[in-house]
Amino acid sequence: MKITFPHMGTSPIAFRMLIEKLGHQAVMPKRPSEKTLSLGSHYAPEFACLPFKILLGTYLEALEEGAEMVITSGGLGPCRAGYYAVLHDKILKDLGYHIDFVVLEPPQKRAVDFLKKLKKITSGNSMSVVWEALSTTWTKIKVLDEIESMTYEIRPFEVNKNETTKIFEECLKIIDAAWTKEQILSSKGKCLELLNSIPVDAARNPLKVGIIGEIYVVLEPAANFDIQRVLGEMGVIARRSIYLLDWTKDNTFFKGEEHIKHAAKPYLNQMVGGHGTLSVGNTVLYSREGYDGVIQLAPFACIPEIVSKSILNKVTKDLDIPLLTLFLDEQTGKAGINTRLEAFVDLMYSKRRLKQGVVV
Amino acid sequence: MRAYLGVDVGSVSTKLVVIDDAMNILSSIYTSTAGQPIRTVQDGLKAVEGEIGNKAEISGVGVTGSGREIASIIVGADVVKNEITSHAVAASYLVPDTRTILEIGGQDSKIIIMRNGIVVDFAMNTVCAAGTGSFLDHQAQRLGIPIEEFGGLALKADNPVRIAGRCSVFAESDMIHKQQLGHSTENIIAGLCEALVRNYLNNVGKGKEIKSKIVFQGGVAANIGIKAAFEQALDQEIIVPEHYKIMGAIGVALLARDHFKKHEKTRFKGFAASGFAYQPKSFECKSCSNLCEIIQIYQDGSLAARWGGRCGKWDTL
Repeated sequence: MKITFPHMGTSPIAFRMLIEKLGHQAVMPKRPSEKTLSLGSHYAPEFACLPFKILLGTYLEALEEGAEMVITSGGLGPCRAGYYAVLHDKILKDLGYHIDFVVLEPPQKRAVDFLKKLKKITSGNSMSVVWEALSTTWTKIKVLDEIESMTYEIRPFEVNKNETTKIFEECLKIIDAAWTKEQILSSKGKCLELLNSIPVDAARNPLKVGIIGEIYVVLEPAANFDIQRVLGEMGVIARRSIYLLDWTKDNTFFKGEEHIKHAAKPYLNQMVGGHGTLSVGNTVLYSREGYDGVIQLAPFACIPEIVSKSILNKVTKDLDIPLLTLFLDEQTGKAGINTRLEAFVDLMYSKRRLKQGVVV
Repeated sequence: MRAYLGVDVGSVSTKLVVIDDAMNILSSIYTSTAGQPIRTVQDGLKAVEGEIGNKAEISGVGVTGSGREIASIIVGADVVKNEITSHAVAASYLVPDTRTILEIGGQDSKIIIMRNGIVVDFAMNTVCAAGTGSFLDHQAQRLGIPIEEFGGLALKADNPVRIAGRCSVFAESDMIHKQQLGHSTENIIAGLCEALVRNYLNNVGKGKEIKSKIVFQGGVAANIGIKAAFEQALDQEIIVPEHYKIMGAIGVALLARDHFKKHEKTRFKGFAASGFAYQPKSFECKSCSNLCEIIQIYQDGSLAARWGGRCGKWDTL
């Protein structure tokens, strides 16, 4: 069967391997472009948020390439994204596509449902093949996340502009080609070697920014103007609070989110859907760790992030940490975002100088 | 005499200003961008040359505004700065102890919060132009009133009508409805000013602590009706600085002055730049699925600048 899935950061590289290891053909989702967005906006309800439109566009592009099944995630709680897959499915069927939608819900809540759906994809394979595929994919995602996060540490120090970006692209190819756990681990070694060979100016003292917000726009560079890379080029270490693996862990068997929720508690002690509570908690944690600022990314009209934005006013005042909220929608012009980022960087630098007692 | 040029290329208007070391304004030009930033900057440069002639030597150039990239190529800029920082620099220099800046321009509006002379928070309007100068222009046209008289008329109102200010489409239909009911033009205009201020404070100013001194700048600050509406809504004094229209340009000229003091050199191309033939060309890069729009600027036939790519492929000329 030809299977496709959402485009989220570097993860398609890992999911392609999983699907092929299970004996299917993967239809690689394209990096969302203006065309993807136009396609998605055309068929989506006008008031739906950016992730909904991008995903719909991505599926339509994959259907053109013959995809027969979409695997995606659901979700629980008051964020409407949990229901998006159902609506995507309906819209695509209305458009006359025959497509099988497999929506994986967090297994700890609906174990039987999860296993039933998993079987749709794994049937015909022995338990050991399935286990090998799953655990290798896990390793691959982990390595992808590690290598990606390293680029955000190196880029602000790079001597030659764009070198980190070029090496990172090379790394993705190397990891993509690795097919067993051993190969993946040795590809990681090769990538580390490449990244460490980038000439850096260690004397720099870059700003440190935490990126918080809704998961899709935080994880997908095409939806957030590649904000982590852009900040890196401005000489800022931009770390994000969400990695795909965290989400997978938190929503399967582990509970890595508890300390973040605990940090949010004085300000927000209940679920507001999506990543709202985590945005509040992570801001508290970033401030404790001495970050220079926090940038919140939210799809326009995203209720959980609107709730957390209002609460963050108090958090940032109490903890004296600057916050910039960017609402993302269909605009593709970069000028507006760059202006805000530049001004925010200026703001953080002057705050730092003031702290160090330098007269501005 | 040394002098510093500040250029602010906004969406609707372009401002050029020349200051000397003592912050005297030697020349100031305010003109419409009219969708042609290159032509406008060149014409502005010519006008500045006419005003200062050989009196001063340009020793530093700063550019700001949404057209700053293109302007920096045309004039040869030492400082390329975003408009938020530029506006803050000018306000804190000209109005010491500024703690809030309300800035409303043609297409965007922003609020800048300052404490102890530094910017600590800011916001810009994102998805809606209801609270900006273009909207007021449009409504003035509809009422058949020159925009210059708009504010004065608002002050003559005895009973401002309530107009929905959330969205320019709502505001317009609400306004027409009130007109048809027979409300006076003065009351409608005052109602519009209040609606714009309400919209600004609820969107751009949401969650911000607005403390005095409050400086109101940008083209819309010319409108005394809006200023009065702000004073009423905030119950505080609003300061409109003398050069409210060109604050961005002044700010970036000040930064250019600082730059010269540090580096003692400038990249200014000279006033001759007003006569160069600049030509922009664009194409879609098909090397990957990003399909970047690459823009190239030619100066007298040779490539002077290029931008728009996500990767480094087009960075070197």
